[in-house]
Amino acid sequence: MDVDRAPLSRVSLAAAATAPLAFLAVFFAYPLATIVGRGLAEGGSSSFALGETARIAWFTTWQAALSTVLTLALGLPLAWAVGRFAFRGRSVVLALVLVPFVLPTLVVATAFVALLPERLDQSVSAILLAHAFFNVAVVVRIVGGYWAGLDRTTEAAAAVLGAGPWRRLREVTLPQLAPALTAASALTFLFSFTSFGVILVLGGPRIATLETEIYNQAARLFDLRTAAVLSLVQLVTVAAIVVVASRLEGRLAGRSATAWRTLSRPLGHERLLVGSILAVSTAVLALPVAALVGRSLSTSTGIGFDHYRALGRETSVLLVTPWGAVANSLLFATLATCLALAAGGLLAVALARLRPGWLDGLVLLPLGGSAVMLGFGFVIAFDEPPLELRGSALLVPVAQALVAAPFVFRIVAPALRSIRPELREAAALLGASPLRVRREIDLPLVGRALGGAAGFAFAIALGEFGATVFVSQADRPTLPVAIFRFLGRPGAENQGAAAALAVVLALLAATAAVAADRAGGRRSPL
Amino acid sequence: MRLSVEDLDVRFDGAAALRGASLDVAAGETLALLGPSGCGKSTLLRAIAGLQRLAGGRVLLDGRDLAGVPPHRRGIGLMFQDHALFPHRDVAGNIGFGLRMTGVPRLERARRVAELLALVGLDGLGERSVETLSGGEQQRVALARALAPHPRVLLLDEPLGSLDRPLHDRLLAELAELFARLEQTVLYVTHDVTEAFALGDRVAVMRAGRIEQAANPDELWSRPANAWVARFLGLTNLESLGEGKVRITRPEAVGVRSRPDGEAVVLHANRSGAAVRLKVRDSTGRELEAVMAGVNAPETGDRVTVAIDPAGVVVVPEG
Repeated sequence: MDVDRAPLSRVSLAAAATAPLAFLAVFFAYPLATIVGRGLAEGGSSSFALGETARIAWFTTWQAALSTVLTLALGLPLAWAVGRFAFRGRSVVLALVLVPFVLPTLVVATAFVALLPERLDQSVSAILLAHAFFNVAVVVRIVGGYWAGLDRTTEAAAAVLGAGPWRRLREVTLPQLAPALTAASALTFLFSFTSFGVILVLGGPRIATLETEIYNQAARLFDLRTAAVLSLVQLVTVAAIVVVASRLEGRLAGRSATAWRTLSRPLGHERLLVGSILAVSTAVLALPVAALVGRSLSTSTGIGFDHYRALGRETSVLLVTPWGAVANSLLFATLATCLALAAGGLLAVALARLRPGWLDGLVLLPLGGSAVMLGFGFVIAFDEPPLELRGSALLVPVAQALVAAPFVFRIVAPALRSIRPELREAAALLGASPLRVRREIDLPLVGRALGGAAGFAFAIALGEFGATVFVSQADRPTLPVAIFRFLGRPGAENQGAAAALAVVLALLAATAAVAADRAGGRRSPL
Repeated sequence: MRLSVEDLDVRFDGAAALRGASLDVAAGETLALLGPSGCGKSTLLRAIAGLQRLAGGRVLLDGRDLAGVPPHRRGIGLMFQDHALFPHRDVAGNIGFGLRMTGVPRLERARRVAELLALVGLDGLGERSVETLSGGEQQRVALARALAPHPRVLLLDEPLGSLDRPLHDRLLAELAELFARLEQTVLYVTHDVTEAFALGDRVAVMRAGRIEQAANPDELWSRPANAWVARFLGLTNLESLGEGKVRITRPEAVGVRSRPDGEAVVLHANRSGAAVRLKVRDSTGRELEAVMAGVNAPETGDRVTVAIDPAGVVVVPEG
């Protein structure tokens, strides 16, 4: 029964929504509107032909489709292993598989530069591999988690009725898995479609997607009109994908992944299969990381920490020492985390009462909605009055917070929704005012989720590159920006410095994310 | 504290959940609110507690209208169906919650919590996590939590619903004894006739958003307001007399005696605890249910005589 609950605090809910909505209006909607205005404006000259735009949009689409297929191929065996079986270290696998996903794109790109031979490191294959590496967690956690939550008795029923293993898979299991498969595919497609750092680094000068071309036109050729037109194309496409993805994801709601206790241990040949899948997956996922660490340790004289020692020294590539960039990143990411927690958390409070629906999808827009577009929007929106903020270093944490806030929302909103309304009502009847109910019931019960959200937001802010590269100032580079500058310079020293910085960034981000995954009581954005 | 509910209307998406529900609970009285699932019992409780928007009607406490008084200022205790214990607080933290909200000082709070723990038989369990408690213990904590701030009225929403039979019966007896001793004004919702009769000084029978009848158990049993109430209470000897009239013969008023030359025959006999339920058919083909105490009751197939005590027969509207 859908009970029409009394308005405990409609007013305070509206108040909770006001601040984050104002924040989003100024720093998300306004820059976007500026882009739209610029893109549709008459008279501006665009050096870009329509055919060229179509060609780039087409390439963006099919590389995303291929990336999705490759990701499924890599992720599904692992999803099967964790979705069907209980084995020692299963939770460790689930946590570790998250690591590539939270690794900043620049780290992944640097790792593949280090891994692939000279000839291949700027190619479409390199891009596809990096995307698969990055997104395998999406498939494993969504499909595997859903698989583990499936009712096992339907398979048993089919077996009793005479269906062999293949028929059971095809006629019973796969149809039940369909929502998870489509949702994971849609998210992977979205992330690959809006991928920026990976394509910028691994694509080289010849390969361009919408995202990298916006950057190219805006930041290198200063053709703002063309960048705005490309942004419009990107905006419309991404919005469409986000709608589809959140629809598909919405179908997953209500299925719990906690039924994994009923999983059985692998027996006989299953042991062998699960074992080999784990071994191969681990090898494939560890390889790029190993290559990155190897590159950071390889010096002209052999193996050593030279590149790390050099991080403290002045360099011609940056206006600060590389360690200075690390310090900048930590400071900015801390600020961004606070902003993202406030914005995403308050928005979750305001929207949690509503059933999950299109509003949630809207909140997710910045998540897929390209970071580059956001950065570009900042540049043209805050370049002139009424909001002239161009010189402000604060734009960096604000941009990072906007990218991280949807993740906060995705962690906090389900936690809030999982609080049974009776608990709040019981508290109210025992004399707690609406505000007191928030403090006594909601806050302690979502405390863990908030901690988790903070960790993820921090990891995302640390690694944010697409938006940051636009607004970051030369004398205050962040870690990803510094890595990008080093990668852009020839020479083993610069490549080594990039690798060393990437290792530092990877360690920081992965530590924050894995800690968050633990603290959050397994509530993560995936 | 006297609780009055007048003509309550509640609608969910246009569909009526309560339709002019009215009842009174006298100070210190336990009223059992009895009805089938979905009849609006829980909605009525929520409306009284202020958790439910009203489409019409009033809730009065000692004559004062509660309209506009938010739930946290009503001083009404509610024990939820599945207890709704706060998972992040221990037993004492749950019980003392309401005292903390009303600003009772720490020492006095601890004293009252200890007192309540003793009252519900959980001495010394104050520091236990509520998630480690058994179903019966959780139920006791929920009761203690609701009683702690001395609510003006205590509402209970099928609190024994999820418990297994022996525990259910034991707690039922404890509750009845407790409410009588505390002189607490209580409104107790249940769908179980036995529970309602065991606990209620009076029982209100609810059907489709309305109160059909409120009376003490004896009166309800002997003079149900209509045939629907009679059937819901478990009365079976209902015979339609036409023109919307129904004759009810209470089973204990049907006297059955074994006689080889008896004109009636026993169709089946079942023992249920101390009593035996018999179904007999007399020479006219009329079937009646009878209840007998003790042992040596007639058995299936025995020939019997049937004598009906006129005091156990009542004619009511179909309803």
